[in-house]
Amino acid sequence: MTDTQDTTTQAPKRTPLYQSHVDSDGKLVDFSGWELPIHYGSQIEEHEAVRTDAGMFDVSHMVVADVKGADSKAWLQKLLANDVNKLTTAGKALYSGMLNEQGGVIDDLIVYLMNAEETEYRIVSNAATRDKDMAQFKTVAEGFDIAITERPELAMLAVQGPNAIEKLANAKPSWADTLAGLKPFVGADLTDIEGADWFVARTGYTGEDGVEVIMHADDAPAFFEQLKANGVKPAGLGARDTLRMEAGMNLYGHDMDESVSPYECNMGWTLALKDERDFVGRDALVSKRKQSKEDNTAMKQVGLLLTTRGVLREGMTVTINQGTDNEQTGIITSGTFSPSLKNSIAIARIPANVSDDDSVQVDLRGKGKFIDVRVLKLPFVRNGKQQFDS
Amino acid sequence: MSNIPAELKYIASHEWLRLEDDGTITVGITDHAQDLLGDVVFVELPDVGDIIALDDEISVVESVKAASDVYAPISGEVVAINEALEDDPEIINSDPYGEGWFFRMKPDNIADYEALMTADEYENEL
Repeated sequence: MTDTQDTTTQAPKRTPLYQSHVDSDGKLVDFSGWELPIHYGSQIEEHEAVRTDAGMFDVSHMVVADVKGADSKAWLQKLLANDVNKLTTAGKALYSGMLNEQGGVIDDLIVYLMNAEETEYRIVSNAATRDKDMAQFKTVAEGFDIAITERPELAMLAVQGPNAIEKLANAKPSWADTLAGLKPFVGADLTDIEGADWFVARTGYTGEDGVEVIMHADDAPAFFEQLKANGVKPAGLGARDTLRMEAGMNLYGHDMDESVSPYECNMGWTLALKDERDFVGRDALVSKRKQSKEDNTAMKQVGLLLTTRGVLREGMTVTINQGTDNEQTGIITSGTFSPSLKNSIAIARIPANVSDDDSVQVDLRGKGKFIDVRVLKLPFVRNGKQQFDS
Repeated sequence: MSNIPAELKYIASHEWLRLEDDGTITVGITDHAQDLLGDVVFVELPDVGDIIALDDEISVVESVKAASDVYAPISGEVVAINEALEDDPEIINSDPYGEGWFFRMKPDNIADYEALMTADEYENEL
């Protein structure tokens, strides 16, 4: 999980939970310019806790930006490949790609509708892409009546796992009714219940039930301790990565970037193309898609499973029909050992024409020894259960 | 602080060696190495009877983080391997100097062993 986007040489920044990580024996590493825990002892135990019980991740490094103004909706409809018109009630969330003019992915993000008038939204986006995201926000904002306010004074904690909401309700009894009524991909303002800036949404990056809680930085350490006291296990970036890979979720800068089309990274479902809405990258996206189908160069994202020993890693070449006339290649964009499946898994981009009859192999050691891998539909694991037949 | 037992010998690639009463040498990876790797998930060991030469890549450790080669610390013959690592590779994390040993070898020349780093010298390398 080293970040390839970061080119700064400055000392890494600390989140409001820095001291909490130190106190919980977190092993801190530099991630996208942020000092964050890779694990608190065992990455695998933290992974298991989230799959079977409850764990929490400091995601305060992520960027929260609030958008206000009469043109907020129109601006977002221009900025994003998904359509915020789908957000019909305050609190509802939408996952979307933000594309460049060539139809490549600048970032993936979540946008929340914050008021019924559709004049206030909140965007949560990646830390590593902060500067270019802000630049794109501003470029597209020209001519729109909006104000964008970054909220670096906020902290964010993801509380994830089958028992996460129950344990959170134990820690915060006054939230119980709100949590009970919270549907997946919906957020709720907790200002009246808990105080200014408190916000909870039933979202996550693990494939398990759970929430992400936003609060003022000053409130974060006590909240972390309260959750810990209620049996929510601190979990690091390592577990976050294995959980999201099992859940088939993309990591920006690895599974996609500005050179990758949403169609090539399983984000086709996030493209709202039904009406004539003009969003950044639409024309290039559509024409490239058509062209790639005609040329037979279209790529698709799949899961790979290795049932023999070894670990698939990012950057390894995937070879289809090795040594034959129709040999083709793809690439592993994320790979790991899956603690839930006890085998290695990967997310890969391979030619879209690869079928079940083709041989798919990876040369694990780069020594010409090709090992068979199984091609699977993502995700591998959802809500604690394997999603394919063994 | 990482644990570096005084009675063992070390090489710079974070392997430890212990001279046994029967003249064989047990080899494993250090506490520092297992800490760097994180949770170990697979180990590929050499075969008993393999003749190994200094710096040969003889074993691979796969952790959640990375694949890492283990090198022959001195020349000799492999006389035993720790088969328990096959099913429970995590014992490398929990007991790197004990149950987590990798293999045992008969050295070609015991002087090769004597010349390796002491605990103090290894600690200075870290």
